[in-house]
Amino acid sequence: MLTRVVLNQADIDRALTRIAHEILEANKGSQDLVLLGIPRRGYPLAVRLAAKIAAADPTVDAAAIVGQLDVTMFRDDLSHQPTRPPYPTQLPRTGIDNKVVVLIDDVLYSGRTIRAALDAIIDLGRPRIVRLAVLIDRGHRELPIRADHVGKNLPTSSSEKVRVRLEETDSVDGAPINEVVIEATA
Amino acid sequence: MRHLLSTEDLSLHDAIRILDTAEEMSAVGEREVKKLPALRGRTVVNLFFEDSTRTRISFEAAAKRLSADVINFAAKGSSVSKGESLKDTAQTLAAMGADAVVIRHWASGAPHRLAATDWIDAAVINAGDGTHEHPTQALLDAFTMRRHWSKLAGTPSAGADLTGMRVAIAGDVLHSRVARSNVWLLRTLGAEVTLVAPPTLLPIGVEKWPCAVSFDLDETLAQGVDAMMMLRVQGERMNASFFPTTREYSRRWGFDDNRLRALDSLGLKDTIIMHPGPMNRGLEISAAAADSPRSTVLAQVRNGVSIRMAALYLLLSGENREPAAAPVSVSAATSPAANPNLTYSHQESH
Repeated sequence: MLTRVVLNQADIDRALTRIAHEILEANKGSQDLVLLGIPRRGYPLAVRLAAKIAAADPTVDAAAIVGQLDVTMFRDDLSHQPTRPPYPTQLPRTGIDNKVVVLIDDVLYSGRTIRAALDAIIDLGRPRIVRLAVLIDRGHRELPIRADHVGKNLPTSSSEKVRVRLEETDSVDGAPINEVVIEATA
Repeated sequence: MRHLLSTEDLSLHDAIRILDTAEEMSAVGEREVKKLPALRGRTVVNLFFEDSTRTRISFEAAAKRLSADVINFAAKGSSVSKGESLKDTAQTLAAMGADAVVIRHWASGAPHRLAATDWIDAAVINAGDGTHEHPTQALLDAFTMRRHWSKLAGTPSAGADLTGMRVAIAGDVLHSRVARSNVWLLRTLGAEVTLVAPPTLLPIGVEKWPCAVSFDLDETLAQGVDAMMMLRVQGERMNASFFPTTREYSRRWGFDDNRLRALDSLGLKDTIIMHPGPMNRGLEISAAAADSPRSTVLAQVRNGVSIRMAALYLLLSGENREPAAAPVSVSAATSPAANPNLTYSHQESH
């Protein structure tokens, strides 16, 4: 199997720093911001983004604006896949009503996860605005969905796989790993 | 996991998976919209050959919270009272397209029969068969204990088992499928179980079960107990006299006010009192014990819905499930997932 590293640790960090500033710019500040990460790898990215937003705007408490949104039960492919155990959904204490919710995921591909996430959000409350930030946009959309903030646009073939490895979720034997690789399956 | 028939053959991995999934399901009850779309378009049949209120409505609530369609089938007033066999009933349900059958039957082994034969190609959940097993009750009991046990330890309950927890189960063990299911499941989860009952209400062969047996409730309490589970005295199954009088039973094996006070004097301040319901107040449990802050009776009912949601979700979602009695459908041939050219990578879940 051919693998190619497309983003290393420094690239990921720079992309997240830029997205954090873009989020602040689009929102004209930090008021009403809520970052919801989609498990598994969207959540650690949301935590990193919140830390960067807090660094840029000292009035922000990073822990108070981050949440996790599980979309498992809202997927449209539940009956075509092995059973997935759900992950916890944790909202910030302030809730999401009338907030500016930024959904965060690692890779945007078909758009079906985001479709499920939008359904999940509606069952939890009514945000004022919902935006989408992703680390990688690899194309091949199957639904009319686009991201507001993109770390890197990565043209891919649908036979390739994009793997995001983060130290929070993918560390092997304690060795931190932060990279995005493309795997070409024969 | 294709069926949920007993806790005796439930692996530790599967048991923890059901408990962890139930943990996420319980959050749904606290949300604005108490419903998930996960089982939309699936049909769950509640097939009850024996009277039950709480188990049936618990399963019904669980299925509805997952957006499944529910058909209630009670043997009373149905074709079963005209002499229809289990096989014919099952095949009728199969023809109607049931995806899951929740069955309660007076005969031990009826759910296994349904699962082992080709009468119906649906997931079978045992909701109590004869004096054999009642797995979802044991799972909700374990869920209630695990929450209590992890809260005491100050650790998150997800992924945890019950290692070291001392559980006493007292009462009519002979007729109790709840006791059987609990003994197997709690052993798997690592708890120490003691059965307390008069010798007449213990089954033959109980000495081979993975638990201790005691005839004296006060002695068991004095040795220390973290969860005290009282079983219902099942009047409807008492076709012979198993104890002289209900007063004597209540005094020797019931959880009365004296024993409630004894918990405090023994220094067992964190012991919980459990009961699967329905309770015979004044017989196996006193009103004061049932209504005390130690009682988890209502928490058990609440957790029952979460456990049953988890069981239905884990059995009914997933690729290995085929629609029951489905002829070749047009939509299956044209849906994106059935067409390899349009399939997106499932493993990556983007």
